[in-house]
Amino acid sequence: MEDSVSAWAERIRNAAATGTALCIVGGGSKQFYGRVQQGEILDVSSHRGVVSYEPTELVVTVRGGTPLAELEALLATQGQFLPFEPPHFAPGATVAGCVAAGLAGPRRATAGGVRDYVLGVKLLDGRGQVLTFGGQVMKNVAGYDVSRIIAGSLGTLGVILEVSLKVLPRPVAEATLRFAMSEADAIERLNQWGGQPLPLSASAWQEGGLTIRLSGAEAAVSTACQRLGGERLDAAESGAFWQGLREQTAAYFAAAATRPLWRLSVPSSAPPLKLAGTQLIEWGGAQRWLVGELPGEQIQARASALGGHASLFRGGNRDGEVFAPLAPALLALHRRLKTAFDPAGILNPGRLYQGF
Amino acid sequence: MMEIEAQAPGVQERDFSALDKARVVEALARVLPVGVLMFENEDLRPYECDGLAAYRSVPMAVVLPTTEEQVVAVLRTCSELGVPVVARGAGTGLSGGALPHPQGVLLSLARFNRIVHLDPHARTAVVQPGVRNLAISEAAAPHGLYYAPDPSSQIACTIGGNVAENAGGVHCLKYGLTVHNLMRVRGVTIEGEVVEFGNHALDAPGYDLLALMTGSEGMLAVVTEVTVRLTPKPQLAQCVLAAFDDVIRAGDAVAAIIAAGIIPAGLEMMDQPATAAVEEFVHAGYPLDAKAILLCESDGTPEEVAEEIARVREVLERSGATEIRVSRDEAERMRFWAGRKAAFPAAGRMSPDYYCMDGTIPRKRLGEMLSAIQRMETEYGLRCINVFHAGDGNLHPLILFDANQAGEMERAEAFGAEILELSVALGGTITGEHGVGIEKINQMCSQFSVAERTQFFRVKAAFDPAGLLNPGKAIPTLHRCAEYGRLHVSGGAVPHPDIPRF
Ligand SMILES: Cc1cc2nc3c(=O)[nH]c(=O)nc-3n(C[C@H](O)[C@H](O)[C@H](O)COP(=O)(O)OP(=O)(O)OC[C@H]3O[C@@H](n4cnc5c(N)ncnc54)[C@H](O)[C@@H]3O)c2cc1C
Repeated sequence: MEDSVSAWAERIRNAAATGTALCIVGGGSKQFYGRVQQGEILDVSSHRGVVSYEPTELVVTVRGGTPLAELEALLATQGQFLPFEPPHFAPGATVAGCVAAGLAGPRRATAGGVRDYVLGVKLLDGRGQVLTFGGQVMKNVAGYDVSRIIAGSLGTLGVILEVSLKVLPRPVAEATLRFAMSEADAIERLNQWGGQPLPLSASAWQEGGLTIRLSGAEAAVSTACQRLGGERLDAAESGAFWQGLREQTAAYFAAAATRPLWRLSVPSSAPPLKLAGTQLIEWGGAQRWLVGELPGEQIQARASALGGHASLFRGGNRDGEVFAPLAPALLALHRRLKTAFDPAGILNPGRLYQGF
Repeated sequence: MMEIEAQAPGVQERDFSALDKARVVEALARVLPVGVLMFENEDLRPYECDGLAAYRSVPMAVVLPTTEEQVVAVLRTCSELGVPVVARGAGTGLSGGALPHPQGVLLSLARFNRIVHLDPHARTAVVQPGVRNLAISEAAAPHGLYYAPDPSSQIACTIGGNVAENAGGVHCLKYGLTVHNLMRVRGVTIEGEVVEFGNHALDAPGYDLLALMTGSEGMLAVVTEVTVRLTPKPQLAQCVLAAFDDVIRAGDAVAAIIAAGIIPAGLEMMDQPATAAVEEFVHAGYPLDAKAILLCESDGTPEEVAEEIARVREVLERSGATEIRVSRDEAERMRFWAGRKAAFPAAGRMSPDYYCMDGTIPRKRLGEMLSAIQRMETEYGLRCINVFHAGDGNLHPLILFDANQAGEMERAEAFGAEILELSVALGGTITGEHGVGIEKINQMCSQFSVAERTQFFRVKAAFDPAGLLNPGKAIPTLHRCAEYGRLHVSGGAVPHPDIPRF
């Protein structure tokens, strides 16, 4: 294990000396995401295995190449789970890939995202050094919180060798309810419910209908079901429904095979987008998917006018920018941070933004 | 490439002794309206320390701006002249983070005290950094909402200070720390650039600089506006008080609660000396014969709370609790908490001075930590009472001492340092929520390698290339660690612990 880490460190140092771009690969399940990849393949998927798992400490530490499915199966044996419900998108998904991509599933709005559960990382930076930040405890403010910026950095700041994640007990009860509702009403209702002490754990609106999931203690879920009404889905149907959203295997996403899929991240209470294309709304109104051919600038402009941002999630032109443009001062900070971790600019260059 | 490596940052602290006060004051007076700048010694005194009163230093000048433009002007001026700047909220910090720089400007955000906008529908509040933590919850209360992180200092501390320290509270096991409850932070860099980190959506493009800013101890940018997430108020909260005749057994009960799949809204522990200290102070009716007491809070709908309390009670019984009480009404719940929340003032009543530690350890190592603290009490000849955010492993030993007795302060510091070293050795961290500041800067040398500390300096340089924001805090230079290393062998083992080292 340590042999392969030192071999990768050596390779990174050589690549830095010669200015050779490296493309970090785990399970390859999220290769479609971000800008087009370039450089020599650095396959780090062999660095796998659980380093430590203490269910009563609510913390698990695993090597980056550990398959996400393996980790989730381990947590399930103790009745625990990753509350951010990360999408796998393919059977080989690794934990490091999940953290690097920073993507969360249906539970995001109420449970938090990947970064909210990252407690520590061990990295191989662009100098080929092994660095550890954060730790294995839930509260830790020693030093800058470098581990959380690794979440969603798409491998541009370092190779994730190990990661410590906070885990939680799986809720005992769950129920899925469906309501016939227009888009505007759904947004309104979701925000109202969001302000009440309800055990909401997911929501999805698609043309004509709103589906919500309640999770928590038996008593809380059944009281909420009585209060909210709607049509209750059976366990098998609801399981398949939320899984289809999380993994984007639901019918809605099939259209994205031929047309670009946009993700608009906006304030939950933002009004309907009124953009041409088909829509799916998640996260209590805060995540809006759009399948359509509109020009990227128009979509970005709309998202930004609503106080959010858009990203070209799948398809479209991946040589251009796929994430929202950064304000100049923010962009300058990004470039300097990238240089701080990877001075030669060889780790997944251009995967996040052109030029770094 | 390699030239960059040759001049790795963070080798030695910068020397600012050549700065000329008259020149700095004159430059600031030119860009600020009357009443914002103070430079007479008697006006500067009130700012000489924060909540860690053992460290004091009078700044060169204090500025109390009221607008972001003034903050920009101050930072630009200081940047041009190479003057250190230390931001300050309410000054309740316990690690000396807001300790002024003797050749620097102290930038108080106290006048930034307006709640700019509260949106009950979207559950967000836009506030200025000088707004007090509790004031946000008070403003949100009519809408059935509140701001979840509740540090014990919440009546006084500011949201800007909370962001800078990533403050926690007794409810953060279930509701998260400051970092989990922020949406957007607006700040000004030392070069006077206004930057927004995050937004009103659930994520932002690029690196998560909002997370990086949180807990950055005023080292990266000055916060001028914050958007926090508001949480619906639970319908009901109830608290269980359990007594144990053994501290380790109480620790095991905490693990058992979590193993049962319960995440209580709060899970706190106090040892016997702490219980006795607070009981005398607030008369909460705590069982005084118990070696440790646990407070376990449940919140939610009445049905949910009833269900959870029943399960908690069962686990506590199984774990050998000698007594279990469940709060019958809000008044009793408040009484249960009153003691825990009064731990610091109670320590202050017992002893002229106290020193609060803040390590976090894996919970299963609690026994080792507590027996080591017992040994240290004899070794250093000082008493220590322990309160503990048991749910998340964050320990607050309060070391009691009298600064007027020769040597006691030094012994208290050495005692504290040894606890911090042990926290690291047990797989934890030197600080869970109070920050490194100046207080724990030496122990950073043990927790992080040279390469990691150098990397922290590079991160700082990305925001503050000249190193003017809060210099000398949070991250120790190589030079400082070398000095510290001469007194100390890393890994928690101190040579000749019986010889005073300060
Ligand atoms: C009795 C008592 C109980 C406490 N209980 C808790 C607790 O339960 N949990 C907890 O986490 N803490 C607790 N604390 C510690 C303290 O209250 C927190 O650290 C708090 O967040 C500090 O806020 P402040 O406004 O007083 O900040 P200050 O002390 O003024 O400053 C703290 C740090 O923040 C920086 N800073 C302040 N404002 C800004 C700004 N606008 N921009 C950039 N940097 C800024 C300062 O430079 C400094 O480094 C307690 C303190 C006391 C005295």
